[in-house]
Amino acid sequence: MAKVVLRLGDDVSTDAIYPGRFMATVLPTETPQHCFADHVEFNKKLVQGEVAPGSVVVAGRNFGTGSSREQAASCLKGWDLVVVAHNYSRIFLQNAVNLGLRLVVCSALEADEGDELEFTPHTVVNQTTVRTYPIEPLPRARLAIVEAGGLIPYVRMKLLEERLD
Amino acid sequence: MGMTVAEKILARAAGLPLVAAGDVVEPRVDLAMSHENAALVMNQFAQIFEGTGRGARVWDAEKIAIIFDHRVPAETSKTATNQKRIREFVAAQGISKFHDVRSDEGGICHQILPEYGYVHPGMVVVGTDSHTSSHGALGAMAIGVGATDMAAVWALGRLVNVEVPATIKVVADGEFRPAVGPKDLILYLIGMLSAEGANFRVIEFHGRAIRHMTISGRLVLCNMSVEAGATCGIVPADETTIDYLREEAGVSDILTPVLPDADAVYEETIEIDVAHVEPQVAKPHTVDNVAPVTEVEGVKVDQIVVGSCTNGRLEDLEAAAGVLRDRKVAKGTRMLVFPASWRIYREALRRGYLADLIEAGAVIMNPGCGCCLGVHQGALGDGEVALATTNRNFRGRMGNPNASVYLASPVTAAVSALHGVITDPRKGGS
Ligand code: SF4
Repeated sequence: MAKVVLRLGDDVSTDAIYPGRFMATVLPTETPQHCFADHVEFNKKLVQGEVAPGSVVVAGRNFGTGSSREQAASCLKGWDLVVVAHNYSRIFLQNAVNLGLRLVVCSALEADEGDELEFTPHTVVNQTTVRTYPIEPLPRARLAIVEAGGLIPYVRMKLLEERLD
Repeated sequence: MGMTVAEKILARAAGLPLVAAGDVVEPRVDLAMSHENAALVMNQFAQIFEGTGRGARVWDAEKIAIIFDHRVPAETSKTATNQKRIREFVAAQGISKFHDVRSDEGGICHQILPEYGYVHPGMVVVGTDSHTSSHGALGAMAIGVGATDMAAVWALGRLVNVEVPATIKVVADGEFRPAVGPKDLILYLIGMLSAEGANFRVIEFHGRAIRHMTISGRLVLCNMSVEAGATCGIVPADETTIDYLREEAGVSDILTPVLPDADAVYEETIEIDVAHVEPQVAKPHTVDNVAPVTEVEGVKVDQIVVGSCTNGRLEDLEAAAGVLRDRKVAKGTRMLVFPASWRIYREALRRGYLADLIEAGAVIMNPGCGCCLGVHQGALGDGEVALATTNRNFRGRMGNPNASVYLASPVTAAVSALHGVITDPRKGGS
């Protein structure tokens, strides 16, 4: 089971997830401390270790809109958060898949902060309200990268294959 | 079945006779651009080669461009150290298209690429910046990506597993009314489409209003196409494109425009008569929160910003200087101007635009991203309001989540500067 720790609306921008003023911080080991930095209370909970790995951020449409900054994906990945949204902005989605951040596409989900969710391969079950919602597939272009465990292992594999040719 | 411009470019780059929206392809990349975030790309790039027994070499040092713009000159030791590491990497890999913090080569990446003739019609351009979409203004397919995607490009020379986007055709006919231009058109279109209306799609621009538009204007359209979610905005290349590349960017290579087939398949066609477009403003805190300027007239403005990769070009500075010449920025309002490149800065200096702006009370900042993304200079105070010619107004964008940013054209910004409140530019400076 995974708890909903943050409930957000539509068009959550990468500036909201990872403000521009922290962009000089690039390493995936360091970006998590600025995750949702302007959402001061939530950021504090993260940094103080009060959010369990696997916890869920629920949002509406067009999550990750805006900049291509990969920190927006790596900071969420650093806390092992799962995002559930109706849909995602293209570059954010690519970055998330590349880094192995778990994104779930579910446009019907109704869940409040504090609710407990359970994920099956094709559904999200809100255990608090005892309701089940279907998961929609991610765009298919990136499935091979999801399967390889991220873009770095995928490209490494391609490089080694090309050397054998 | 015919192809759109994006489909034709991707087909060629993937070595395929035909592609259609939804196909998954691996296009070869002609130009790969990064800015200071090259520091993160380098990190991911090194990881790819770990355990392969190969040295980490980029696939083609001639096809990589790195431009320092986001935080120039460095505002912290951390940025300075990142920039130093990038310089070392550039030297070690032999990357030739490198633009440092210098007045003889510097500027914002989305101005440097066109200005130096790095982008040609038909190219596949990728950049670790969402506004890479700008370069579709030269008839290229230009895609914003993250740092790990770029590391993959540096290693392989191609983008892996890309879905060919569907294309929305925008036909803009008619003539702009006075004080209305490309920025108003693109804001109007984003308002119509919404922030996700073109997500995973390309916007291809046609029509007389586009044919008559300068490259600067076309760059505004393609730059902000990403604010509707678009992968790229594309203006098919024409004589204006070729003239610009030959005369202003000094390109002597053979240039071949890529045009859509007559029977190309579009997901949707949107027709706009630009004569009906009024001056537009995007209200806080999303770019698609668009209204005619008349709706927000009178809003008090603390900071006017003219600049950025959207509207920091010579004709933008000319428009602002034209309004402010022999006049003053209203008391209680400050105005910041940051040209998009040093070449523009020097030309604006030569033509007297900068003097006009300085006499009016505006502060001229060095070319670069300046206050656009809120990391460097020109941050807003709590409760303050900015009216900017930049491209994003997300909460916190100008360095303060407790401030508000409105977006508009350079002429709207300049006229508003005179009055200290958002003002309809059709009223001029009177
Ligand atoms: S000027 Fe602003 S939008 Fe343009 S590249 Fe710089 S930070 Fe990005």
